[in-house]
Amino acid sequence: MKKKAVSAVLAAVLSMSMMAGCTDATATGNTGSTGTQDGPAATEAPAADAGSADAGSADAGTADMTAAGGSLTGTLKLGMIGPLTGGAAIYGNAVKNGEQIAVDEINAISSDFQIEYNPQDDEHDAEKSVNAYHNLQDWGVQVIAGTVTTTPCVAVSAEANADRIFMLTPSASSPTVTEGKDNMFQLCFSDPNQGSASAQYISDNKMASKVAVIYNNSDAYSTGIYQTFNTKASELGLEIVSTTTFTDDTANDFSVQLADAKDNGAELVFLPIYYQPASLILQQAKGMGYEPTFFGVDGMDGILTMEGFDASLAEGVILLTPFSADAADDLTKNFVATYNTNYGETPNQFAADGYDCPYAIYRALQFYADKNGGLDVTGKGADELCEILISVFTDPAFSSDGVTGNGMVWTANGEVNKAPKAMVIENGVYVGL
Amino acid sequence: MLANLINGISLGSVYAIIALGYTMVYGIAKMLNFAHGDVIMVGGYIAFCSIMYLGWPPALAVIAAMVVCTVLGIVIERLAYKPLRNATSLAVLITAIGVSYFLQNVALLIWSANTKVFPNIFEKLPGIPLGDTTIAPVNVITVLANIVIMIVLTLFTTKTKMGKAMRAVSEDKGAATLMGINVNRTISLTFAIGSGLAAIAGVLLCTAYPTLMPTTGAMPGIKAFTAAVFGGIGSIPGAMLGGILLGVIEIFGKAYISTQLSDAIVFAVLIIVLLVKPTGLLGHKVHEKV
Repeated sequence: MKKKAVSAVLAAVLSMSMMAGCTDATATGNTGSTGTQDGPAATEAPAADAGSADAGSADAGTADMTAAGGSLTGTLKLGMIGPLTGGAAIYGNAVKNGEQIAVDEINAISSDFQIEYNPQDDEHDAEKSVNAYHNLQDWGVQVIAGTVTTTPCVAVSAEANADRIFMLTPSASSPTVTEGKDNMFQLCFSDPNQGSASAQYISDNKMASKVAVIYNNSDAYSTGIYQTFNTKASELGLEIVSTTTFTDDTANDFSVQLADAKDNGAELVFLPIYYQPASLILQQAKGMGYEPTFFGVDGMDGILTMEGFDASLAEGVILLTPFSADAADDLTKNFVATYNTNYGETPNQFAADGYDCPYAIYRALQFYADKNGGLDVTGKGADELCEILISVFTDPAFSSDGVTGNGMVWTANGEVNKAPKAMVIENGVYVGL
Repeated sequence: MLANLINGISLGSVYAIIALGYTMVYGIAKMLNFAHGDVIMVGGYIAFCSIMYLGWPPALAVIAAMVVCTVLGIVIERLAYKPLRNATSLAVLITAIGVSYFLQNVALLIWSANTKVFPNIFEKLPGIPLGDTTIAPVNVITVLANIVIMIVLTLFTTKTKMGKAMRAVSEDKGAATLMGINVNRTISLTFAIGSGLAAIAGVLLCTAYPTLMPTTGAMPGIKAFTAAVFGGIGSIPGAMLGGILLGVIEIFGKAYISTQLSDAIVFAVLIIVLLVKPTGLLGHKVHEKV
């Protein structure tokens, strides 16, 4: 009774703050350390697509609906596995920090629903990752927001699939992670999806009619993106006039590839590759006086941080990336500011993916609670929550917003669909398009 | 066509300068110094640090890189190879691979895995227009440097006392010792010259293809080794010919046959050449003494 009243008041306050377009702290009522921020949905709600009248409490719109729908209560035991030490520690710690911020913010929304967060180290090692998974099981984990890297994720998700524990990985992007496992979902783009998204973007914005592609045929990431790009491009009627390749061993001289693109009149060169070879391509293109639009994917992110790189070479380069710390929307700005305050650095892609994970899980539980007259997660079996979350994530009406994309929806095979953000490099910084 | 030829010759010239280091060491010490590619990488980093952190002019940076690499070459020879002078060639080969990994990992510790972008030290020089293309200054300088180095080395080995000593050691170590030649010092000198050349190659390589990583020297090193074998290992003009041919074949293979197969084409040509002429294009047939 009392809980209902509280949530009704909260929802009313939230919707008021939303209408006022206000991102002020007091809206959430509670005074947690991160109380200076609204949840993503609250700030993003006006931007979210109107069709999805869904997505959890915060953007549910009216006070009545939340109150009538039933509330989410209890304490969720959320586990995370990732490399917190060792060579890949930079990724694991970024995810952990991002998830921690999200967990703190969710805990500050209402004392009725709390998340207990338990990150475990796997040193980017499949065997240690499975050990970490067993540790989490002993602890009584209900949902896992991990693992961070692909190889361990393949190993852990196989176990979790047999044990029926729901997993949402922030960053393991290979399709092998989700293959054949109905309980495994990705928050990041799967590698090949970037290819079709890029073709779609180029076509939608009529950026070019003649396109050249230079990709690394010794790299699964690059080849995967190229193949889906190629398929989508022919579907959309984009003409690919030049397709050339290189390998890790021949990633020095691109004069032939660029000459081929130039001779065939390509106005845009698609580069589904990492930033090191891309920087050479930009430099050599300039040397031969060829100035097409260069279009990259998330592997291009990082080109500006190369020591000694002449940023003027990258002027006008466009890349599709789910997250940019320089983006100007409130949600990103708040996240970047909190991250900076708490950890003293600018969040990267992994931190952003990590931040969106607990929110997606929280919203999914809230979505279920709204539909089914409440949900108390305390002591709920992991298997029971697993079926609930699978049903919600595959429900076309469910979507979640975050710093890595608005209106994220998931397919039954666990891949995410979200609109990637296009960034253009201007004067040495990323600017949203 | 013309542009491809120029690119090929330029790429080949870098291979040729690196190949000189392989071929000289092989000719005199009869060993494959697989760490040579990594000395190139060290040269690149030294020049990078001199220019970016110390603000030195490029010419001074090249000299600094040469000094450091020369010393490094001598130290490697003293510590890693000299104790194995009478060991089997397989042991020396494995040691060379070990030194190669050692240098890469030390570079990883000092300069981290983050890619650095080498500054364009020939920025102020104009390109040379030729038909409808422009030859980049770095290409011209690479080719010129290659020619100068080859002429100087040839003169050195034929005219000077030290050079003659090197040739004597390369022909017969035992007889050279009997003639009063200090074999150990001669071998050290060879390493010093080879490593100094590696520094120049490093700077030219990084200027032409300006990304610098701890593994930067590895692949050009292997290609240059191929070039040295192609031209006839132990032969100085052979290294130059092999390097340039390799570069041209690589670029033409990419341009006219397939970008996917460029390396396969290069190595297929190598196999054919070795089948027809097992000592390489300019190699001498050595009669084994029984």
